[in-house]
Amino acid sequence: MPLNTASVVIGLSYASLLFLVAVGLSVVFGLMRFVNLATGSLYLIGGYLAWTIAGELGSFWLALLGGALGALAVGVVIERGFLERLHRNELLQVCLTLGVAYVVQDVTRWIWGGDPLRLRPPESLRGSILLLGSIVPTYRVALIVAGVVLAGLVWYLLERTKWGAYVRAGVDDLEMLECLGINGRRVFAIVFALGALLCGLGGALGTPVTGVAPGADIQILLMALIVVVLGGLGSVSGAVVASVVVGLVDSMVRTYWPEASFFAVWVLAALVLAVRPQGLLGRVTA
Amino acid sequence: MLELHEVYGGYGDGLVLNGLSLSVGEGQVVALLGRNGAGKTTTMRAVFGLLPRLAGRITLRGESLRGLAPYAVAARGVALVPQGRRIFPSLTVTENLLIGVRPPRGEQRVRWTLEEIYRLFPILRERGNLRGTLLSGGEQQMLTIARSLLTQPLVLLCDEPSEGLAPVMVQRVAEILHRLKEAGLSILLAEQNLDLALSVADVAYILEEGRVIWQGTAEELLADTHVQATYLGLRVEASEGA
Repeated sequence: MPLNTASVVIGLSYASLLFLVAVGLSVVFGLMRFVNLATGSLYLIGGYLAWTIAGELGSFWLALLGGALGALAVGVVIERGFLERLHRNELLQVCLTLGVAYVVQDVTRWIWGGDPLRLRPPESLRGSILLLGSIVPTYRVALIVAGVVLAGLVWYLLERTKWGAYVRAGVDDLEMLECLGINGRRVFAIVFALGALLCGLGGALGTPVTGVAPGADIQILLMALIVVVLGGLGSVSGAVVASVVVGLVDSMVRTYWPEASFFAVWVLAALVLAVRPQGLLGRVTA
Repeated sequence: MLELHEVYGGYGDGLVLNGLSLSVGEGQVVALLGRNGAGKTTTMRAVFGLLPRLAGRITLRGESLRGLAPYAVAARGVALVPQGRRIFPSLTVTENLLIGVRPPRGEQRVRWTLEEIYRLFPILRERGNLRGTLLSGGEQQMLTIARSLLTQPLVLLCDEPSEGLAPVMVQRVAEILHRLKEAGLSILLAEQNLDLALSVADVAYILEEGRVIWQGTAEELLADTHVQATYLGLRVEASEGA
């Protein structure tokens, strides 16, 4: 399949957004064996808040900050208010986050309406630049840079700090971690909150390219779930690789056969899982 | 130090512990013996509150451990060297150690600093950057013991530390247990290897079906081949030859 720079840039910028949403989902699953189905809602909240803040205050950067912090706040409410009470009851946690997803969908539609809202990128990132002989949108390139920087930060936090070692140990064997004197629920609460922050940031960053509208939550959730499953549950490097693969496949197929893009991503997921049920970089669990 | 009184507990419908009582004195090494499935591992899980069903009294220096989360039990001074070692596979040897590191308690005879640990287990410094699970079985056993020591325990629960190790490594485990005893640690030691257990233990309990069916000093058990044969299923010649 011929590659062109523009569709690679579009694919990689989408991969940045996917990573931001998927990494929290993946680590939360790895720690507590439950899927946070409100992940897409946090993305949606980040996008809507960013749109409103940009409109009110006129600053794109404050909008990013506000979107991320807003999602963080909602994430903390979900975790402290509800999930904490359902500790170790994964099925109810899944049901509960699905319920939250429905509530958020209706409340956001009530506040922001049903039409897609689009945020303008900041002055400095508007327009296009010439990259490898192709004209590509500047904001897309900036998204890729942001994705790389944030993935690097997450990697550093998880792989090079003591706190990150607690998280990885918890993904490996939460019970053993607790027997060594670490409060697993506190580790989980912090991971959940940081995951929510990244989701909100993803929503805010994505609004200039995809817009924000009802349904964006479900769409990003489905794609992020594919990323998590493809990359391997609980694996950060897996989330990076799978985001890039899914982002590129989506944008390539979209270029040549737009109707089939969603289909192609699922086929890819099915093929990978047939060969490696644990995902690309996942470990086989005992 | 650690007391279990009339403890009942299990996972599903059936009980694994059926009124188990035992006590680990200050600085004492207590061997917990019995066939597979007698309840040795379950006893240790009960202390950490890891059983879905649990009744009875479990106290550390008179204070109840019942109802505490595992991390709170650890914070009060109980450490687990689990069966199967349970090294964190995603972590390096050094990171596995760092998970355990806590500030020392005032009353300890030996403060388990990283320096002290590396003096006792030099291999763990040499292999520091390796993934923990790439170590040999014996080295992994050193790592899991070192990791629990760094939590500055008053009582160490050691679950089959010699399991699956070569004889030379079993010898090394015995040396370490002696060293920990000298350091004043109280140890509850579940073992299938009777020679190892009795070489270090002061007192022994034999479990069957989740309750204590024999208790006495290590010397008494060593001398009583009848008990050994009946309850532990040991061939008498084997223990006489040892």
